[in-house]
Amino acid sequence: MITAKKVSKEYSSKLALDGVDLSIPKGSIYGLLGPNGAGKTSFIRIMNQITAPDKGEVYFGSELLQPRDIARIGYLPEERGLYKKMKVGEQVLYLARLKGLTTNEAKSRAKEWFERLEMSGWWDKKVEDLSKGMAQKVQFVTTVLHEPELLIFDEPFTGFDPINTNLIKGEIQRLNENGATVIFSTHRMESVEEICNHIGLIDNGKVMIEGDLLDIRKHYKNGTFAFTTRTAVSDWGPHEVLSQKEDHMGYRTVLKSSEFPKELVITLSEKESLVAFEEVLPTVSDIFIEIVKNGPKPWNHE
Amino acid sequence: MSNPIFLIIQREFLSRVRKKTFLLVTLIGPLAFAALMIVPGLLATMPEDSKQIIVLDEPTLLLPHEGKEQYTLEYLDPRENDLELAKELLRDSQYDALLYIPSGENWDPDFIKNNILLFGKEDPSMEMQGYLDYLLEEQINKAKLLKNGVDPEVIAQIKTNVTIKSFTLGEEGTDEQSAVPIKMALGYITGMLIYFFIFFYSVQVMRGVMEEKSSRIVEVIISSVRPYQLMMGKILGIGLVGVVQFIIWIGLSGILYTVISTFIFPELFAEQAAAGAAGNPAGDMVGLEVLDMLRSIDFTTVILGFTFYFFGGYFLYSALFAAVGSAVDQEADSQQFMLPVTIPMILAIVTAMNVIQAPNGALAFWMSMIPLTSPITMMIRLPFGIPLWEVFLSGAILVGTFFTVVGLAGKIYRVGILMYGKKVTWKELFKWLKY
Repeated sequence: MITAKKVSKEYSSKLALDGVDLSIPKGSIYGLLGPNGAGKTSFIRIMNQITAPDKGEVYFGSELLQPRDIARIGYLPEERGLYKKMKVGEQVLYLARLKGLTTNEAKSRAKEWFERLEMSGWWDKKVEDLSKGMAQKVQFVTTVLHEPELLIFDEPFTGFDPINTNLIKGEIQRLNENGATVIFSTHRMESVEEICNHIGLIDNGKVMIEGDLLDIRKHYKNGTFAFTTRTAVSDWGPHEVLSQKEDHMGYRTVLKSSEFPKELVITLSEKESLVAFEEVLPTVSDIFIEIVKNGPKPWNHE
Repeated sequence: MSNPIFLIIQREFLSRVRKKTFLLVTLIGPLAFAALMIVPGLLATMPEDSKQIIVLDEPTLLLPHEGKEQYTLEYLDPRENDLELAKELLRDSQYDALLYIPSGENWDPDFIKNNILLFGKEDPSMEMQGYLDYLLEEQINKAKLLKNGVDPEVIAQIKTNVTIKSFTLGEEGTDEQSAVPIKMALGYITGMLIYFFIFFYSVQVMRGVMEEKSSRIVEVIISSVRPYQLMMGKILGIGLVGVVQFIIWIGLSGILYTVISTFIFPELFAEQAAAGAAGNPAGDMVGLEVLDMLRSIDFTTVILGFTFYFFGGYFLYSALFAAVGSAVDQEADSQQFMLPVTIPMILAIVTAMNVIQAPNGALAFWMSMIPLTSPITMMIRLPFGIPLWEVFLSGAILVGTFFTVVGLAGKIYRVGILMYGKKVTWKELFKWLKY
């Protein structure tokens, strides 16, 4: 859907993006992750053609990104707002028409969305009379109303209350199932881990790692296993125990093992003590910390 | 897909025109304007309460002058009264003031003029003093003339009042009567109108930009349209509001003036006209002369010039103000950038009088070439008839500068609107030009 090739962008001697190569697959839910100031917003603004890259190219599909592609993108920026004095309905129509919809198209689609998100009575309200949560729903509708093929959300869940967060996560997944490609950009990596299937990790304007989330997590697995036992077990043999705590199922012990701990699994299940066993994959933040500390782990193409 | 710039113009225009304050300002504007025209006239003719003045005229200098309707003079007999008695009398009477004219040793006019006293129950008004000064000077002059053996009648005959009729030399022997006072008024009023328009609406552009920035909608908008389109749409939309408001004002002011002058205070306006006529020895000629003068003004140039500088000035300044608005977070921070932007305009207004007095002087010439002052200064000069090449040169410079400034302002704007929580310095603004 989006392919970036060697994209660089400099702001008054600070390199915001340094030769970024990214490819965002069509139909994916893509997490653009990295700490604050990593260059995420710079890259998003280039995709939205708010700024142009100093070097490199960005492709939309198979063609170079061009002005008319704006209508195919829906963008919810981190710094978002609405005209306070304008009525909700007018505002939604205005923003939709700026994206190229006709008044009638915009009106009928807006009515549909307003009904779906239970906002029907809001049409003639002024934005300044809305609560923050209500305004967020309006913003979401304005982002998706023109049925974009690519949806970009920058720090989407900061400032959204939990009910709206769930509602909107659900709507985004539905849009994705209907074919839209979705990009989430956030520094809170854990917040999107469960819904993203692709990620790109950026730090200091450079891509650290990119690809299918599951593949990456598998690639970075480091022999961590979790055993949940009915009673507390103290003897774990030669294995290094990372943590132990009691939870609703019993006692959970996380340990390191250089190979699959087959012996332990057999012994514990014979004692009928074993309730659950799993291999623990590293979280995105674990991977991020690992890469920052030790550099990216090379892929072995065996 | 319709051009988004029209959508932006439409929104900017409608969102302002539909506001209650627009209606209010639009309706109150002409009222204020009409009041400006009428109230001074009304005040001038409003009579002060008439005052009664008692005069202790020892040298019988004024006697038997009775004063005028507003200030009546009544005389005390100097043989029976002195200053102290007269003061007592003033205190216990309904009189308002006491004028004391001492005779001195031998009725020396120079002694008298230095020793005249005026006592009032309240502070005597400037107008009353002025009137009495005038009366006394007249009488003392007469007394001096008589003393030197000159007949005052002769002096009155010698006194001459010169009226020069000035003409501008026409090209084919059609000399036109020049109309300096009318040109002055026309230049000044149109110049002021441009100043007012530029300032009022450019600041609205700045506010609009700041509103979009502080409400954080701007990034949503510029992901749909170019920042440049948003800026130009705003400038054009607000300019359109200004034009509409201006046209309504002119129309309403005219109607209001007509209504008031013909129905509400007809006698006042008749009086003003009569007073104007009486002030001129050839009263009935005034009307014709004014017509002649008006004919000497090239109204086509003035109207075309007004329209051009009206818009040219507004576009130039509103682009600058848009850049200022984009660079700051709060209105309070805008001061440091606004001041340098507004100084040229203020300079143009401050020098307006000098320009009027010498419309073809060096100051006038250069100020009407510099694009930041030319809309006002050139407008002030236009009614005086300016060489065409100067007008075109000034216009070309203005247009050229406009495009340069819009380009630069657009660059600052593009960066500024996305820059939050940062106090911007001049140095940074210049850096943004290179982004």
